Amino acid sequence: MAFYVVQFLTGLASAASLFLVASGLSIIFGVTRIVNFAHGAFYMIGAYIAFTLTERLSGAFGFWGSIVLAALAVAMIGIIVEMVLLRRIYHAPELFQLLATFGLTLMVEDLVVLVWGPDDLVGRRAPGFKGAIDFFGQNIPSYDLFLIVLGPVVLGILWLLFQRTRWGVLVRAATQDRDMVAALGVNQKWLFTSVFAVGVFLAALGGALQIPRDAVHHAMDLRIIVEVFVVVVIGGLGSIIGAFVAAVLVSELNAFGILIFPKISIILVFLVMAVVLIVRPWGLFGKPEAPARKTPGLTVNPWRPLTSNERLAALAALVIAATLPLFAGNYALTVGSEIAIFVIFAVSLHFLMSVGGLASFGHAAYFGLGAYGIAFLAKMAGLPMVVCLLLGPLLGCMGAAVFGFFAVQLSGVYFAMLTLAFAQIVWSIAFQWVSVTGGDNGILGVWPEKWAASPSHFYWLALGVAALVTIALRAMVFSPFGYALRATRDSLLRSEAIGIDAKRIQWTAFVIAGTTAGIGGALFAYLKGSVFPDNLGISLSVDALVMVLLGGVETVSGAVIGAIVYKALNIWLVSQTDLSKLVLGGFIMLIVVVFPKGIVGMLETLAQRRKKAPPPASPLLAKPIESAE
Amino acid sequence: MRARNTFVGAAFALLAGGMAHSALAQDIKIGEINSYSLLPAFTEPYRKGWQLAVEEVNAAGGINGKKLVVISKDDGGKPADAQTAANELVSSEGVAMLAGTFLSNIGLAVSDFANQKKVFFLAAEPLTDAITWSKGNKYTFRLRPSNYMQAAMLVEAASKLPAKRWATIAPNYEYGQSAVAVFKKLMSEKRPDIQWVDEQWPPQGKIDAGPVVQAVAAANPEAILNVTFGADLVKLVREGNTRGLFKGREVVSFLTGEPEYLDPLKDETPEGWIVTGYPWYSIKTPEHDAFLKAYQAKYNDYPRLGSIVGYQTIKSAAAILAKAGSSDPEKLIAAAEGLSVPSPFGEITFRKIDHQSTLGAFVGKTALKDGKGVMVDSSYKKGADYLPGDAEVEKLRPKD
Repeated sequence: MAFYVVQFLTGLASAASLFLVASGLSIIFGVTRIVNFAHGAFYMIGAYIAFTLTERLSGAFGFWGSIVLAALAVAMIGIIVEMVLLRRIYHAPELFQLLATFGLTLMVEDLVVLVWGPDDLVGRRAPGFKGAIDFFGQNIPSYDLFLIVLGPVVLGILWLLFQRTRWGVLVRAATQDRDMVAALGVNQKWLFTSVFAVGVFLAALGGALQIPRDAVHHAMDLRIIVEVFVVVVIGGLGSIIGAFVAAVLVSELNAFGILIFPKISIILVFLVMAVVLIVRPWGLFGKPEAPARKTPGLTVNPWRPLTSNERLAALAALVIAATLPLFAGNYALTVGSEIAIFVIFAVSLHFLMSVGGLASFGHAAYFGLGAYGIAFLAKMAGLPMVVCLLLGPLLGCMGAAVFGFFAVQLSGVYFAMLTLAFAQIVWSIAFQWVSVTGGDNGILGVWPEKWAASPSHFYWLALGVAALVTIALRAMVFSPFGYALRATRDSLLRSEAIGIDAKRIQWTAFVIAGTTAGIGGALFAYLKGSVFPDNLGISLSVDALVMVLLGGVETVSGAVIGAIVYKALNIWLVSQTDLSKLVLGGFIMLIVVVFPKGIVGMLETLAQRRKKAPPPASPLLAKPIESAE
Repeated sequence: MRARNTFVGAAFALLAGGMAHSALAQDIKIGEINSYSLLPAFTEPYRKGWQLAVEEVNAAGGINGKKLVVISKDDGGKPADAQTAANELVSSEGVAMLAGTFLSNIGLAVSDFANQKKVFFLAAEPLTDAITWSKGNKYTFRLRPSNYMQAAMLVEAASKLPAKRWATIAPNYEYGQSAVAVFKKLMSEKRPDIQWVDEQWPPQGKIDAGPVVQAVAAANPEAILNVTFGADLVKLVREGNTRGLFKGREVVSFLTGEPEYLDPLKDETPEGWIVTGYPWYSIKTPEHDAFLKAYQAKYNDYPRLGSIVGYQTIKSAAAILAKAGSSDPEKLIAAAEGLSVPSPFGEITFRKIDHQSTLGAFVGKTALKDGKGVMVDSSYKKGADYLPGDAEVEKLRPKD
């Protein structure tokens, strides 16, 4: 019995650390609607700074003072980031801020290694909380007890802050309806900055408090960021109490789950999230989102098919690309194939995000399923390559059909997080089912047949498929189905009122996007000759999001450019420098500030302005932009 | 269209880059790949190690008079990116061979690439048994002692312990799974009387140490096998110390004696664990003294195990290239099979039968000295003594 009590308390201690970080994220999202990918980075910097301070300052005051100082210092960094970076892009399309915080995260990961060195750092134990307390023969670390008390205390303070102060009232009001708050004359700028600072403070505090039990290292951020997102979503966005309950739920399920299934930790949080979201689409304590007032997207440039001149230009671009094998070497061709494959992957997500208004955080699942489909067909069934290429993507299609059915019942960030949960479930199956998938050692030896084996042939294959896919998806945008899908995106209520079966249309779009991603994955398997769980992983899903956002989410085919720029730059930087994350992150942040509508979106706007200006500029300038395929 | 131009431009840039390098056609080039950005704690000392080796090789006249150049690429911890890098090294840098890699799945991805493109590959660090056995191929050689070899070394010591009730804690991925599987198999062969009472599989890098420690303690084992390393190990040790998990229990642990993983533990180092590792401070052989002196003179820092791996990878590669006198992969294979080369740990041989080197490891016990973790009572275990018999290896490895 004593054991179960102690296990329960241990779970509570884990919950407390998780809650501190999650509460900050929840507050930030509730008010500013920023999906703060950099929250983990702030957590990590908090730990690093606290490590440095606790090594310098001695004594009890030194230790606790250092923890608070570190959190305050990181909050200051947060304020600077908010004022310099985020303020410029609040008006950008939804999720665009994610790109900025992603860039920041990349930079921080390299920066901490530059500043603090590559070794894992182990900080001091907390003065007064070094030992353990005996509980009927079981030991409970006293620091755990401290955390168990701290969690509810922070919850209480936050509750008081939100319920009893004017600032709290404003924050709650903004969480519910920020346009109305702005209309009532509240200075949103400072409200947002202060909320961001409080959120970052909590993240950094959570990081600093890990010093006595964890090692400080440069991958801490990734370890926590996904988990806290999940906790926030399970609890319900913007709900502090929800975050607390969700943190306790997840931690306790893990603490007791490992007694029965020792391998459960790897997937537990995602299983819980999937179940919660299917049963309660807004999380445990969340409320349904009010229907958006603004029409998302398309406020500036109405979409239109390409003119015949633009079609010719796109065709010319394709022909030029097709001549690459005449003068480029094998390596350039292989990189070209990889870029073409990522164009397929990015346009498939772009279709779902821009046309359907459904941002998926787990799109790699269908890419990876396509790749695994190939591996199964080619390695186990021994089918010829052409048959494999035709059938392989069907695995992506089936996955999308099953998961899409549940996912499209939700919208906004909840939709995104449910797709993430499904992707992680698929990933963990690929990772754990060693006898079939080979686990993380993957499936090797999936090389193309002779006719496609040479880099130039494979390049033409990939380029051709990418062109076909892009054209097909574009045609679909301007088909009746595309119009119906855009209607569901722009106003769900109105589209249903005129008789569009919205869920069914969205589900169809999800399946189309998933199948297309599967085609990309199928080619990828042949390009690399092997398939790994990485092909389904979070980082690939994030890459796809970044490509779409970089190209411009409000454009018809911006993802093509986004994919080419991001992938080419990424491959080039990784090859040139070990600090590729630092440079790439800096580049992304620069793009975010200079092109707040994405590269293509911004160029389109510029072209639009020129057209309106009295002396009409050369139409040649406008063409390449619109003619992204 | 603009996009296409960007892309074509990028392609030109890549080509131009390739040409700039190929101007030095007389040099002999080795293409090296590792997870520099993902695992700097290991790869920084590793890089220093191979840089020292390159310097020494060239100071001694290069390879049959030609200068040795190592072109190094980061894989970011992703198998797909490692293949892109391998492709660049082979197709546009024209390297004579590939070397390096840390993670097992990346090692396997590059080994499969090498097999497909018929390129010689010397895997430095990946520990998976698959790379030389079940998924072995004729183009791939491996330097470090494999999972099986390290397990066999630890079992030798562990089987002498009186403990009968054993629990295991290992990261939930291939390395952890196969380490536990081999250890259990070899251990149960020697000691049919032992019981396996609990196993814990925290996700790699994400251990929730408190509940794991508590769960293991609840099974009340007499001894524990640990396979976690890095930040997970730190958390496990800290929770285990506070909760008294290790008190009165024997612990056998993979890799923990390597300075990369032992040094961060500082004064929290648990005492008396049986570990594999690298006690650079207590190895007194002329070969190691020479290496240590050169390393400390160049970097003013002590070597980690990564330094040895990096150093010996390039030293071995240079010996293979020198013996082959050509960059033809078939000649390189012929040269490497059965080749014996000196190393800081004594002479090692690349076995013909499975392309595994006989580099060994040190097994000893952890101890605290002046607030730091050290390995004591350590002895070097030759790799050759801990590999299964030829008949068994032949069954494990597919025919070329």
